[in-house]
Amino acid sequence: MENSLFNKKSRISDKILNILIQFSTLISVSLLVVIIGYICIRGIPCFRFDYLINTTSILKNTVGILPNIINTIYIILLTLIIAGPIGIGGAIYLNEYATNKKIVEIISFTTEVLAGIPSIIYGLFGMLFFGNLFNLSYSILTGALTLSIMVLPIISRNTQVALEAVPKSYREAALGIGATKWYMIRTVLLPSAIPGVLTGVILAMGRIVAESAALLFTAGSVSALPINIFSHIFSSGGTLTIQLYLEMAKAHYEVAFVIALVLIIIVLALNFIAKWISQKFDVNKVG
Amino acid sequence: MDIKIQAKHLNLFYGTKHALKDVDLDIKKNAITAFIGPSGCGKSTFLKTLNRMNDYVKNVKITGEVTLDKENIYDSRVDTTILRKKVGMVFQQPNPFPMSIYDNVAYGPRIHGIKNKKQLDDIVERSLKAAALYDEVADRLHTSALGLSGGQQQRLCIARCLAVEPEVILLDEPTSALDPISTLKIEELLMELKQKYTIAIVTHNMQQASRIADYTAFFLVGEMVEYGKTNDVFSMPKDKRTEDYITGRFG
Ligand SMILES: Nc1ncnc2c1ncn2[C@@H]1O[C@H](COP(=O)(O)OP(=O)(O)OP(=O)(O)O)[C@@H](O)[C@H]1O
Ligand SMILES: [Mg+2]
Repeated sequence: MENSLFNKKSRISDKILNILIQFSTLISVSLLVVIIGYICIRGIPCFRFDYLINTTSILKNTVGILPNIINTIYIILLTLIIAGPIGIGGAIYLNEYATNKKIVEIISFTTEVLAGIPSIIYGLFGMLFFGNLFNLSYSILTGALTLSIMVLPIISRNTQVALEAVPKSYREAALGIGATKWYMIRTVLLPSAIPGVLTGVILAMGRIVAESAALLFTAGSVSALPINIFSHIFSSGGTLTIQLYLEMAKAHYEVAFVIALVLIIIVLALNFIAKWISQKFDVNKVG
Repeated sequence: MDIKIQAKHLNLFYGTKHALKDVDLDIKKNAITAFIGPSGCGKSTFLKTLNRMNDYVKNVKITGEVTLDKENIYDSRVDTTILRKKVGMVFQQPNPFPMSIYDNVAYGPRIHGIKNKKQLDDIVERSLKAAALYDEVADRLHTSALGLSGGQQQRLCIARCLAVEPEVILLDEPTSALDPISTLKIEELLMELKQKYTIAIVTHNMQQASRIADYTAFFLVGEMVEYGKTNDVFSMPKDKRTEDYITGRFG
């Protein structure tokens, strides 16, 4: 059988590998299903629409997470307003303009290290730097500034990867017909990179929604409705995750599971939006 | 015939690598000039010096002069946007932008400030017709250019180049990625375009050079070895190395 066309050995190892891959896929999918299922089973029976439109108040005897939902939205938007332009702009600069490759490498490396730092350390830094030194104390702004530093690497890294993936031939074509560098970046590079950039932004949103450690000592944990849309950023505000933490500490599992349910829905929605956006804006797809 | 572009004592270094050695060459107006030579001899490099696409390569040093209508294009006051409007380029791999066919052709005119819809429509139609592509794409101008075949994409790139009304068109092996029929179409197109434009083309295909070029320059390791009327270069080369190359004794 020396001359057989069938190489038995590699076929068997292929099969084993295949089974292993299917097995690990099964495990990760079922974990997801179990977690989401558990939260749904515990959360849905406790769910009351009131929770979404009320404030927790002993005087009025109401329970609700509306302030936390609003604070979460504030933190997300404010963080993205701060970190988005800086992250995307920085990535464009590093990739397209910076000429000193050594410095670019150092910055990229630092960015990656930054991404691996435990978030409580960002919280400590944010509290002392923005909260004390800049006198912003416990406020949504302090929280957003702190999270900006935290998600900056996610946004800039994704933007950089997306820019690098744009074929060199597009650049040549644009420059060769007389485009200036900035015109080329605007009209060719960025549109091509949009799916990647948006993926970064949405991953960052996921990170922001999920964050608690870095917010506890920066944005604080107050659950009050905004009095003024703008000045609200200067007051302390606890997000959903912070409230979840507080409720768990007080053993209020009912509310905790409702919050968990809301969070899971938000995270899933963000993921689907990310998928949809990167397909919708993919200029490289034909048709 | 008038000289459109003139290279004088042109030297180019990539770092320490001497890639073009003292090249002197005149490119004649309304003619097709072909550059031939073995791989790595500097044909693309030379072509790129003619519209300063080498500006984007690191550690490039250029000495000598390239003039376009007697103006030195390496003068520090030169605006490369204007230069590249006059001297357009078509690359080896068709490289349409991931946009609609229409937006690809309108890209150049828009850079140069044309915004009027009617005017752009006219330019797009005229350029596509000049590139012999209009009939094939007229009904799908607003679909992605990436859906075209390789040959169509390359003609689109030529249309994109023509849309800014250049005076010179540089083509770097424009047909090497194409099938024989698409190649023939592009060759016919170039023969027609030379009435209005000055054309310089790099090719590995010597039949192609002899079919379409009025003048041919032979390069060898950075040197321009021989240059003359295509017929003369192919039928009675003056230099032994040219003869060896075109008779296929090396390359
Ligand atoms: N960016 C660069 N940096 C350093 N060396 C380069 C660069 N581009 C080209 N070279 C070198 O310069 C020489 C000429 O290259 P060029 O691309 O002009 O050759 P060519 O004649 O177009 O070859 P081909 O027919 O394979 O396209 C080659 O030795 C090449 O390795
Ligand atoms: Mg080449």
